[in-house]
Amino acid sequence: MKTLITARGITKHFGATKALDGVDLDINAGEVHVLLGENGAGKSTLVKVLAGIHGPDAGTVEGTASLAVIHQELALVPELSVAENLFLNRLPRRFGFVDRAEMRRRAPELLDRVGLDVDPNAKVRDLGIAQQQMIEIARALDKDAGVLILDEPTAVLTDTETDRLLEIMGQLRGNGVGLVFITHHLDEIQRIADRITVLRDGRSVGVLGPKATTQHMIELMVGRSIEEQYPRARQRRGKPLLKISNLTRRGVFRDINIEVRAGEVVGIAGLVGAGRTEVARAAFGVDDYDYGKVEVDGKPLRRNDVQAAIKAGLGLVPEDRKGQGLVLTATVGRNLELATLANRDQKRLTDIAGKLRIKGRVDQPVKELSGGNQQKVVIGKWLLADPKVLILDEPTRGVDVGAKVEIYELINRMTAQGRAVLLVSSDLPEVIGMSDRVVVMAHGRVAGELPKGATQDQVMALAVQEISA
Amino acid sequence: MTTISIRKYASENGALAGLLVLALVIAIMQPAFLNTQNLLNVGVQAAVIAIMAFGMTFVVVAGGIDLSVGSIAALAAMVGALTAGPVGLVVGALCGLINGALVSYGKLPPFIATLAMLSVARGLTLVFSEGQPHETDSLVTFLGSNLTPMLPLPLLLMLLFFGITGLILTRTNLGRRMYAIGGNEEAAKLSGIDVRRQKLWIYALSGLFAAAAGLVLAGRLGSAGPQAAVGYELDAIAAVVIGGASLSGGVGRATGTLVGALVLAVLRNGLNLLQVPPFWQQVVIGVVIALAALLDSLRRR
Repeated sequence: MKTLITARGITKHFGATKALDGVDLDINAGEVHVLLGENGAGKSTLVKVLAGIHGPDAGTVEGTASLAVIHQELALVPELSVAENLFLNRLPRRFGFVDRAEMRRRAPELLDRVGLDVDPNAKVRDLGIAQQQMIEIARALDKDAGVLILDEPTAVLTDTETDRLLEIMGQLRGNGVGLVFITHHLDEIQRIADRITVLRDGRSVGVLGPKATTQHMIELMVGRSIEEQYPRARQRRGKPLLKISNLTRRGVFRDINIEVRAGEVVGIAGLVGAGRTEVARAAFGVDDYDYGKVEVDGKPLRRNDVQAAIKAGLGLVPEDRKGQGLVLTATVGRNLELATLANRDQKRLTDIAGKLRIKGRVDQPVKELSGGNQQKVVIGKWLLADPKVLILDEPTRGVDVGAKVEIYELINRMTAQGRAVLLVSSDLPEVIGMSDRVVVMAHGRVAGELPKGATQDQVMALAVQEISA
Repeated sequence: MTTISIRKYASENGALAGLLVLALVIAIMQPAFLNTQNLLNVGVQAAVIAIMAFGMTFVVVAGGIDLSVGSIAALAAMVGALTAGPVGLVVGALCGLINGALVSYGKLPPFIATLAMLSVARGLTLVFSEGQPHETDSLVTFLGSNLTPMLPLPLLLMLLFFGITGLILTRTNLGRRMYAIGGNEEAAKLSGIDVRRQKLWIYALSGLFAAAAGLVLAGRLGSAGPQAAVGYELDAIAAVVIGGASLSGGVGRATGTLVGALVLAVLRNGLNLLQVPPFWQQVVIGVVIALAALLDSLRRR
């Protein structure tokens, strides 16, 4: 079998975080190679290194085959036609003008190769997601890509569309294309994979054959060990401080019931796209919902009203620290006082910065701080507002190990003071280690709730389960 | 001074350094520039644009833009001349409030909303004036007068508005929220700031300041004209940008804007003294604006 691309010892750092650590990967002609791993295991970084978007800190990528990546976010121009999108950047030309006749002649051939029956003159905007994906694949094939990388293509597809995609992948494999397939759906892997490389914490922890069992894949993916890393100090549970009842937003999440009591940490686990962040934002009043109820300390909140939520004692540390949590153009102090402008007191700001051990001055631009210290600023902003319930969405993403433990200790301190914490996290050991109960979401529903001491296998089994809509 | 602190000083006061260099060059080429009377003149010339630009600073810091300030100034002056000065101020603030409502509740891009107001306010000025200039009353005329030969009131008003602007930006919740909204609107929203209501006040302030600038201008001329302050919005934006504010929001200071307005006034005055033909003056001013923005962009890299 011909090897198209050989990657050896790929290592990549982002600041203090080691995203990839000595990963080897072969991509062979006529083979579907699955990359499997939890969110943040390093799959996307590996793809970016293979595609040449990131240069590796160490290691080599060798190969002659040209490579195309189909990302989850499609790179099509919605207002242009199918044909124009297929030949974007390489429009056939005649006398300096676009040769529409030539384009119309060549487009159907390409569309045929991916089995797509659409009018080449139709606007891409009018097509479904699955069809758009096929157009991207067709475009990649026209560039004679020897290697096609599909980054979670099925996440947005229906079952029938997924079947169709897997079928086409099978055909391409037959034509000698090397495919790299990233997916969280283990059943899809069992249907199509020739080889499975499992990543965990930036390392390749095993290469499996096509006959691998689901059990085996999950075990490798989540690993074992690490319970002591999470210094959770359990508290006596008090009265319910946050109560989410039957919360529903059509097409996003449905019938969500979560209760968090004083002194308690409740975790929300699940795959990316399961609707965890959406529930957190709706509860906090950022986004609207169709029906259901959110209560803080027994008092119902007005929907879609952040001010009311904050007044009632709710706080949210959003998942995207730089995009949603911080005003990067401002100083540490100005960010700390953001939620409590009325309480402008230099001494309190210095106090809280000290208590959180923020490494940086209060008058320093917040963008100069490390990820961990930035996150502490976002948390500090809410501590100043003295919330009863704090929702933390991916609080340790992109945060170094030392700062992670400090954030865990902050969580402990909050619950010791009788506050309640709702912890949304894709980091399984973290969400299990720090939570008193774990709610697992899948496909916008609560797939189940696990008591403390649940295993990662149990969480994963719930997270990947298919719920019939 | 270490290299780092020199660099820091220069980067924070680039506009001020530019102003001093500019003044020095002009003074060497034409010593008459340094006459007290001429310097006071520069101050008076800067006052109208500066007051307008202070209002613009709020909007720009909050990540927006206000193209209607020139028209609002003319409308306020005209209404002031036809009724009474304070009524002009109220009209200006109302126009700003409408801008704010269109931007925050109508979700229009600030460029479009204020472009519409630019046209409406100018049109109303023409309607009310019936195309004729109107004499200002004694109160408004007083705004443009000299308290003593060495103490022109427009200059004092500029400094007064400078103080108010600095106070609002650094010492009020509204000011703090401007930086938050312009720096990261999403983060501001998620921190419980009612972004929409704040924008109402921000644009209303800009309208109010524009109206004040319009009254000062009319006071100096002794009359409100239907074509007064045409194109002033561009000078105001230029002053804010030369002063180091970022049009993408979150950055800007009252001092910067004051210096920016002075740069424009010094440049105009100097070019006149040096007898540069008016057509060429426009070219030079454009080049200076581009240079200032270019320096700023290089500094940020």
